[in-house]
Amino acid sequence: MSQAKKQILAATNLTMRFGGVTALDSLSMHVNEGEVLGLLGPNGSGKTTFFNVITGLYRATSGNVTFRGKDLTDASAQEVYREAITRTFQRSRLSLPLTVFDNIAIGDNRRLNTGLLFNLFRRKEFKQEYDREVDQVNQLLLTFNPKLANKIFEPVASLAMIDRRRIEICRALISEPDLLLLDEPSAGMTHDETVEVMDDILQVRSKIKPFTIILIEHEMSLIQRMTERCIVLNYGKKIAEGTYDEIVNSPEVQVAYLGQE
Amino acid sequence: MKLLISTFILGLLYSILLLGSESQAEVGGLVILAFIVSLLGKKMGLMDRLASAVQEFPKFPAYATVAGVLITMVVFHNSHFALLMLATVLIYSIVCLGLNIQFGYVGIVNFAGAAFFGIGSYTAAILATHTAVPHLVILLLAACVSALIGSILIYPVLRTRGHYAALVTIAFGILFRNFLEVNDTLGGPQGMKIPPLNLFGWNLSNGIEILGHEISFYIPYLLVALILLILSFTITRNLERSWIGLSMDMVRTDEIAASTYGVNVAHWKIVAFTLGNLIAGMAGALYGMMTAYVAPNNFTFADSLILVSIVILGGIGNPWGIIPAAAIVVILPEKLQFIQEYRFLLYAIVVILILLFRPDGLLPRRIREYFPGNKGGDPK
Repeated sequence: MSQAKKQILAATNLTMRFGGVTALDSLSMHVNEGEVLGLLGPNGSGKTTFFNVITGLYRATSGNVTFRGKDLTDASAQEVYREAITRTFQRSRLSLPLTVFDNIAIGDNRRLNTGLLFNLFRRKEFKQEYDREVDQVNQLLLTFNPKLANKIFEPVASLAMIDRRRIEICRALISEPDLLLLDEPSAGMTHDETVEVMDDILQVRSKIKPFTIILIEHEMSLIQRMTERCIVLNYGKKIAEGTYDEIVNSPEVQVAYLGQE
Repeated sequence: MKLLISTFILGLLYSILLLGSESQAEVGGLVILAFIVSLLGKKMGLMDRLASAVQEFPKFPAYATVAGVLITMVVFHNSHFALLMLATVLIYSIVCLGLNIQFGYVGIVNFAGAAFFGIGSYTAAILATHTAVPHLVILLLAACVSALIGSILIYPVLRTRGHYAALVTIAFGILFRNFLEVNDTLGGPQGMKIPPLNLFGWNLSNGIEILGHEISFYIPYLLVALILLILSFTITRNLERSWIGLSMDMVRTDEIAASTYGVNVAHWKIVAFTLGNLIAGMAGALYGMMTAYVAPNNFTFADSLILVSIVILGGIGNPWGIIPAAAIVVILPEKLQFIQEYRFLLYAIVVILILLFRPDGLLPRRIREYFPGNKGGDPK
């Protein structure tokens, strides 16, 4: 097989302790370029902590993270973002008073000129950049879900939950990331809504570029449909790895979810 | 447009009457009138209609304000007290624009507004007394000194959030006043005199005569204040309608989401805090030169509270709200002198009533439009 898979993200012996609690316990794992990796595990098993460590919100106690061979272990959140890694949050973190456009445009922050003089006094040039950005956000909304494009200048607070989740995903996609971290996109939504949103994501992925996804999810049907490979965590440790069928039949996973008989 | 112009004329007439009123009956009547009109206006949905009219002519409020100030100035051309109040309203508006950048955009409540205002005044006092620096440059230098001293606070403000950052600024405000009172070189509790503003060799505090009419020496200060107000207003406005305003809003609403999307939270807090103090210091220098005298008692914590209350009363984050709010806060207590000690009681009641009926302030912040009346690459 000539398709030797290229690793895009790798974690080695990653450990994260909060006082006496070990949220990640020497976790080693990798993600291949272009794949959709499922990250599973019971509540409190360290999935979100893993995202927070990668995105620079937490600093790992020990171990390291590399992205395309570059060490990101001690990188700040901004540095991680500039490496084209974006994420969504389990609980919606949109700025409700701001418009759909504002919330998505900030996701494109690394391509916006935030110079003081440019923004305050060179309004003509700013207008050009602004028009370009409106165009881009609009394009993304049209690709993602055309219904949202009409609401581009409406405050996010006026949108339904499912649309807010869409906006959050658009915010993560607008900068054309290489790695997208989705933290439980089904939280707070019905099964059908989640499927709808996932289809939107896959659709954008096929149209723009085949970015890599790590998906944290409890909804097993979603994992089965979306992922090529899964990793199961429990108490911060990797307890299983493989395709959906492999992990579902793994005895350790069954014990972790259902308890010892 | 008709609605806008008639509102403008009525508003102008009202403020001229209020500024000129002297007897108790007049002031009392005017306050009650304002109350009745606002109740009627609420019933008729006047605010919404006005808002949509402004939407059509986004430049109207700016021209109306400048015209209003100029007309009022001409009407009261020889009445010192009315002009002093008008100039004070403008200067307070400038300070509050600075506080608005801190409070409204990036979310730092600065309870040391009066302290930074005072730093500006004292800097002006020292520079104007002891050096030959041109006075316009002093305005700039005072602004810089205020921002520079403010940078002492940057570290503690960055390390704390919300109420805790507010506490840091409260502590600074109190420290500043105590420092002034015990410091003899700065005049101690008696304060210092400031020489009047001198523009291009023209001493602004000398009375002027134009066409046989004697003009109050406050008028030149008023004009300088107006120019500075327009300047700081433009800066605040453009700031909001740019990626910087967007970044600052993100910092205020969700620091974690902001930093995940590459927004440098600390950077924008520093920019907003410094810019706000810069504007406050500049206004302070002008105020000091106008009143010719600075003393620690002008820059107490209570004064800082008044500044913050202007921002809240006007509608946090909306620079337009600040001007009417400053007018209410400055003029009302002065005009209510006839009820003696009770005036602050009545004033407090008015403020509470306003916030009861308009909890988001007089003119709540609207959704950001980067280029009003022109949506740019609008798909429709």
